[in-house]
Amino acid sequence: MKVIFKKSYDRDIDLFKDRQTALRIGLLVLVLVLVPFFASDYFLAEATNTLIWSLAGLGLMVLVGHTGQVSLGHAAFLAIGAYTDAALMNAGWPWLLAFLTAGAVTGVFGAIIAIPAIRMSGIYLAIATMALAVLVEEAVILAEPITGGVAGVFAPDIAIFGISFGRYDSLPNFYWLCLAVVVIVTFGYANLLRSATGRSFLAVRDSEISARALGINVSRTKTLAFGLSCAITGLAGGLMGHFFSFFNYEAFTIIISINLLLAVTIGGLGHIQGAFAGAILITAVPQVLAIVRDGLSNIGVDLSGVPGLDTLVFSLILIGFIIYEPLGIYGRYLKIKAFWDLFPLSRRDMFRRQMTYLKTERMK
Amino acid sequence: MSLLEVRDLSIAFGGLKAVDGLSFDVAEGEVFTLVGPNGAGKSTIFNMISRFYEPTEGKIFFDGEEITHLPAHKIAELGIARTFQNIELFDHSTVLSNLLMGRHVHRKTQVIQDLLFTRKARADERSHRRRVEEVITFLELEAHRDSLIAGLPYGVRKVVEIGRALAIGPKLLLLDEPASGLSVEETRDVAFWIEDMKREMGLTILMIEHDMGLVSAVSDRVLAVADGKFLAQGTASEVQSHPDVIEAYLGTGVNGEPELKKEEAGA
Repeated sequence: MKVIFKKSYDRDIDLFKDRQTALRIGLLVLVLVLVPFFASDYFLAEATNTLIWSLAGLGLMVLVGHTGQVSLGHAAFLAIGAYTDAALMNAGWPWLLAFLTAGAVTGVFGAIIAIPAIRMSGIYLAIATMALAVLVEEAVILAEPITGGVAGVFAPDIAIFGISFGRYDSLPNFYWLCLAVVVIVTFGYANLLRSATGRSFLAVRDSEISARALGINVSRTKTLAFGLSCAITGLAGGLMGHFFSFFNYEAFTIIISINLLLAVTIGGLGHIQGAFAGAILITAVPQVLAIVRDGLSNIGVDLSGVPGLDTLVFSLILIGFIIYEPLGIYGRYLKIKAFWDLFPLSRRDMFRRQMTYLKTERMK
Repeated sequence: MSLLEVRDLSIAFGGLKAVDGLSFDVAEGEVFTLVGPNGAGKSTIFNMISRFYEPTEGKIFFDGEEITHLPAHKIAELGIARTFQNIELFDHSTVLSNLLMGRHVHRKTQVIQDLLFTRKARADERSHRRRVEEVITFLELEAHRDSLIAGLPYGVRKVVEIGRALAIGPKLLLLDEPASGLSVEETRDVAFWIEDMKREMGLTILMIEHDMGLVSAVSDRVLAVADGKFLAQGTASEVQSHPDVIEAYLGTGVNGEPELKKEEAGA
């Protein structure tokens, strides 16, 4: 195991724990930047989709992973972001302005939703947010002048200073744009986690009673978490609208909400990396399934007519993770890493979850 | 002048009067201990001072200011810190970040500064860290700085909770059974720390404790309560030998002053 000699508090405050980590992250970003030069259009479109899902996952991770508030309604916030962005651009706004406004509008909407929502927790909050998603879906259909109703709406191609960032006519540019947004948001997220705001989120997640005793305003912290989470999700929605080019209410069904919650849970709750791991899984599984299905049909097994195969596989993955690895993909990675770091001294039950006895009853 | 004044405090949960017209004063710089049998309402008194519970009657003053109706999250700001009987730490964070969470009331940055991690945010982090390191040194937590709470033994968690309360930089520290579940050595450490907090940091301490050894070693004054009512007040030995206290612990029909004398001798 590598021991870091800390000579100043800044070593703990800095974004990366050592130079190697910084280099690794830098290298990863560089590789991602270079992807369009050697990837096919098909793969690049999939990579873009994964980036957008990562962004949405980051949004949900703030709320579920770091503040401990479950939401099954984040498809609604994706929708609000997508429609706001498209409507403003159709009204002649430049992309950047429309995009940021979409994020802000979704954030404010999320904070307003939070006012009733923070009075609930756990399963009740999940049900309430799910109801919200259904309501927004209906509202989208009703608000025809803005959303195009059932028919849908067209998200114009992005152009900045005359350079096209269109999804179809210049996919590499669109990919880089999404990558830039993801990198900036991830940077902000990482900053949040090393500062007082992020710590107050964690405090609310782990023990509301303690948080209050430490002077943390729990309601305000939850509202802020909702706002930030929804703002990020709204940005993802904006990009998603451009990725679809043309979309209607069916693009943001309850299934999307569930998939998103699935992504952050399987990815690893409470870790930024988990949002990415989950997004990769959720966008890759349908592709891998398609490839497997093609392979099987070549050897005479035809699965193309089987309905609900994707859902079945997703469900199996979810159940598998909940039983065997509740910490998610990133949690598993951390365990394997710890095993080799300490090799051969690691103990089998090092990560065994401890029963917590004698939790103080939650005083209301 | 007394730092904390409790006047005719009462709370009823439905028909049960958990605390019934209790009054006491805690003077600045003293260690004041609440004793009493289980269910006497000691923790309920703490929860009313922390503003988790709304008293049905009575008033609480801190530093001359009435705090009876303040929201719970305003209490730490005034300089009242507390620990919990059953340890309420942030289990999935390290000892260091738990202690840093105790610095919340001293934060000077806004969300936007945190998101961009501006120069000010860094300076803020450094100053919190310096203060927290003092607490770590005081409580000898150096070895556990980067350990997750979930993996720590019970005794260390108990100390971390005291540390988190100290990180607030309080004037009044409420300790809810600081020695429960601790070994003899650990209890002795707690006694030394309480002495030091009083002498060196000038803290006022209001404590609930059952371990009469610890109580007599550190307390300036002791208040005994039973069924939410005042029983006796005075030095540890005065309270222990008070006939009403003996009756509350051992029941009626016991004459003289038995049993409890032994513990006193051990202290």
